[in-house]
Amino acid sequence: METWEAVITILGLAGITLFTRGFFVLPNRELPIPEWLREGLRYAPIGALVAIVVPEIVMSQGQLISTWKDPRLFGAAAATAWFCWRRDMLGTILTGTAVMLMLKLGCGW
Amino acid sequence: MSEYSAPWRHPEYRRGAREMVGISLGIAAWGLVTGVAMIKSGMGLGLALMMSLMVFAGTAQLAAVPLIAAGAPIWVVWATALCLNLRFVVFSAQWRPYFRHLPRRQRALLAYFTADLNYVLFMRRFPEGKPSPEQLPYFWGGVSVNAGSWHVASLLGIFLGNHVPTEWGLGFAGTMALLGMTYSLLSDRATWLPAVIAGAAAVAAFALPLKLNMLVAIAAAVAMGMAIDHSRPLRKRLMA
Repeated sequence: METWEAVITILGLAGITLFTRGFFVLPNRELPIPEWLREGLRYAPIGALVAIVVPEIVMSQGQLISTWKDPRLFGAAAATAWFCWRRDMLGTILTGTAVMLMLKLGCGW
Repeated sequence: MSEYSAPWRHPEYRRGAREMVGISLGIAAWGLVTGVAMIKSGMGLGLALMMSLMVFAGTAQLAAVPLIAAGAPIWVVWATALCLNLRFVVFSAQWRPYFRHLPRRQRALLAYFTADLNYVLFMRRFPEGKPSPEQLPYFWGGVSVNAGSWHVASLLGIFLGNHVPTEWGLGFAGTMALLGMTYSLLSDRATWLPAVIAGAAAVAAFALPLKLNMLVAIAAAVAMGMAIDHSRPLRKRLMA
């Protein structure tokens, strides 16, 4: 890809960010969104989060992992335990990542 | 807003920032990984900086980088990013009631900054769907920390490049941030069930191209949630 092509691609990508995030926010006139759908969309954030998190923990190279000796499982379990105990975000991130790194680098999993 | 001309003077600005700080380490880890991926793909420093500062959409950037490096046609890169960003279209439907009374120029600015975690935290703080004066300060507080930690870490990744040990799996910190976020949203059993269904759907539909499994999972969560809301026996049994 030539530099000018890359520049156009990147400008387009920035445009796509604005277009998708503003899809229902930018129009001046009211876009009809049925009430039942608006209510149901309350569950969209949890669906989106879970959809990113679960595959990152239980899949590798597009396959469900077949061994329990995966550092990510133990990292996630440790993070879960921390969250249940203290309910704080920073501790959850640090505990999960530390356990994962210990098993990965220390035990060579 | 009249008594607080500058949003950062408002107490809600601090609250928005504070609630984002807890997960900013995860955001930063992701930004770092994205920055490293951009510079390692062979994209020049100028282009990497431009992309980092302008696109501001982590998953789309991570997906676009190898495509650009491989010389894929421009429309393929754009189509990929569009599909990855489809979830923001869903989110924007929920942002509208909070922002619709504002001038369009301001709406565009706000919409540009509505990343995933801003959306999740904002909807947790203001579930009502009605505008109120403390919303914009709260929003900008969260955006300052979210966009700030993302850009700083991403630039750091670009400049450190090969010195960052990506084989450690630093992106996992980002996953842990989202895991914590998920738990904080699971208030009762009526939200557990849609979450479990969405997780199963995301894994089952993983083979779909362009991460469309995310949309499948969102649809599954919404459908399950609506089923629970509208079926009194089901709701009763879950809450018992």
